[in-house]
Amino acid sequence: MTCSRSRRPKLLATLALTAGLGLGSLFAQTPPAAATPPAPPPPTLEQRIAGLEAYLGNGDPTVVLKVGPKDKDGNATIPAGLTTPSVGTAGPGHNGFMMICTALVLFMTLPGLALFYGGLVRTKNVLSVMAQCLGIAGLVTIIWWAVGYSLVFGKSFNSPYLGGTEYFFLAGVDAAPNTDYAFWVSQNVFSMYQLMFAIITPALIIGAIAERMKFSAIMAFVFIWMFVVYIPLAHMVWGSTGLMNGVWNAGASIKAIDFAGGTVVHMSSGWSALILCLILGPRLGFGKTPMPPHSLVLCMVGTGMLWVGWYGFNAGSAVAADGVAANAFTTTTLATGVASFTWAALEYITRGKASVLGFCSGAVAGLVVVTPGCGFINSTSAMWVGLIAGLVPFLACTKLKSLFKYDDALDTFGVHAVGGTVGAFITGIFATPSVNSNLSTNLKDVVGKTLWLEQLKAIGLTLILSIVATVVIAYLVKAVLGLRPSVDAEREGLDLTDHGEEGYIYESKS
Amino acid sequence: MKLIIAIIKPFKLEEVKEALAAAGIEGMTVTEVKGFGRQKGHTEIYRGSEYTVDFLPKVKIEVAVGDDAAGKAVDTIVKAAKTGKIGDGKVFVLPLEEVVRIRTDERGESAV
Repeated sequence: MTCSRSRRPKLLATLALTAGLGLGSLFAQTPPAAATPPAPPPPTLEQRIAGLEAYLGNGDPTVVLKVGPKDKDGNATIPAGLTTPSVGTAGPGHNGFMMICTALVLFMTLPGLALFYGGLVRTKNVLSVMAQCLGIAGLVTIIWWAVGYSLVFGKSFNSPYLGGTEYFFLAGVDAAPNTDYAFWVSQNVFSMYQLMFAIITPALIIGAIAERMKFSAIMAFVFIWMFVVYIPLAHMVWGSTGLMNGVWNAGASIKAIDFAGGTVVHMSSGWSALILCLILGPRLGFGKTPMPPHSLVLCMVGTGMLWVGWYGFNAGSAVAADGVAANAFTTTTLATGVASFTWAALEYITRGKASVLGFCSGAVAGLVVVTPGCGFINSTSAMWVGLIAGLVPFLACTKLKSLFKYDDALDTFGVHAVGGTVGAFITGIFATPSVNSNLSTNLKDVVGKTLWLEQLKAIGLTLILSIVATVVIAYLVKAVLGLRPSVDAEREGLDLTDHGEEGYIYESKS
Repeated sequence: MKLIIAIIKPFKLEEVKEALAAAGIEGMTVTEVKGFGRQKGHTEIYRGSEYTVDFLPKVKIEVAVGDDAAGKAVDTIVKAAKTGKIGDGKVFVLPLEEVVRIRTDERGESAV
């Protein structure tokens, strides 16, 4: 009896896996077996060297091979079979850099954000925040493998709102580069890199709703939110056929720019977090019982990890170890240092003390605000971005929150939504082709002129999508599962009631 | 016999213990406690949230002594724990009915 009971789920799992893998191979694009091709002409030495030089400049190694007859649009084609060793191969430097950046972006969530948020909650809820970060990492990985990557970065729908089906179950996503996004980075590395963004974005939301939402409700909310908000938005901003991909999509209706995720990551999570926090209501005893952070030490350790990991997030968004990445690395450092110092200085001026939480909050705000522009602005602008990042989110967290009395527990709205929105807007003012020549092709008529207007359109669209979708999803989950734990459970702490563990056990229970 | 309960500033614990030992009074029970008297608490600010902390950390010492030693013990504690600033704490002296040393079953003054 026990034997057959234990076998059934296994059988089901096997069936599901086989179905998944089978579907995967269905979508794999295997070229039809052709008759023996004619012997390809060998590439010339010039063509082979040009391929290598393209690697140095993160360029297209096939440009020099386009010497064949012109196609219907009048562009030269590559003669059949003509290739060089540089084509279809990942460049070791760029590829290695991106694998490191991928690990760095994961490091931002696990354990960076988990510690940053974990330190800010009360002792009884420290594990709940960590479990939520871990749970989201796993859940989003499964979504990403099955359909997420394809729906963002595929193009079979030829739609400005959603990608395609060709990469479902990561079919055909292998070590060869996907030249829609990178000439020299393996597509499997690129897909894992983008997965890390998809993980940290919903994880940011839990800061606003910490200490008072059931684990099951959070997982359900995030599952639906990924499909309704993140995936369409990421395609719109970064997909090759995306609606707001001003840099790479010549046909984009909104010619906006977002280097590393001001709209996709920070605005979407931050505004959704505010709405969810309002629907959820404040924590029990909010405004009456003191709820100070239980460990600013953990919080500071997490902040340091976020800052380090953010180099992968921002510089890595160049998807190459090139000059654009170098510039993003520099602007990220400058803006963050200035913002951290500015926030603490404002505290010193207004209250007479510069706090560790102030330095930490300023650093995160600086990272958030510079994110959309880091690869488009120069170092002088980065200093201004840092100053604005220290000032505006500071006011949002200290003044706005106490004015409206919403319980944004860990200031996801104040830092990420406000910071992301401000960052997206000022990117439109500070962006310059002098640090990123990609701005002088599709966007040469808007950069330095009306780009800020395009940025406003992107901001508006992101806001509406995040807010409307969150209202619908939150009430849906509330109706089916309920959002909050019982009053007793919330008082006892989610570590025990949701996870059956305690974060700190100081004495043996002998 | 008397039970002396002293609430003192935590950093004064070592001095009080040594002064009592020098005065020939051995043995005490120490507890970390929180409380307030005339000393005000402090304010902590975490971003926009401000909390007033009324209860301050103190150390509670309990010493049982014979009637003759009680006066000296109280004086010793007061002298050692004094900083002259608000928040130095208090000493309470209570009558003690019985003392038993568990190991030997001794009772009364010989057990303190």
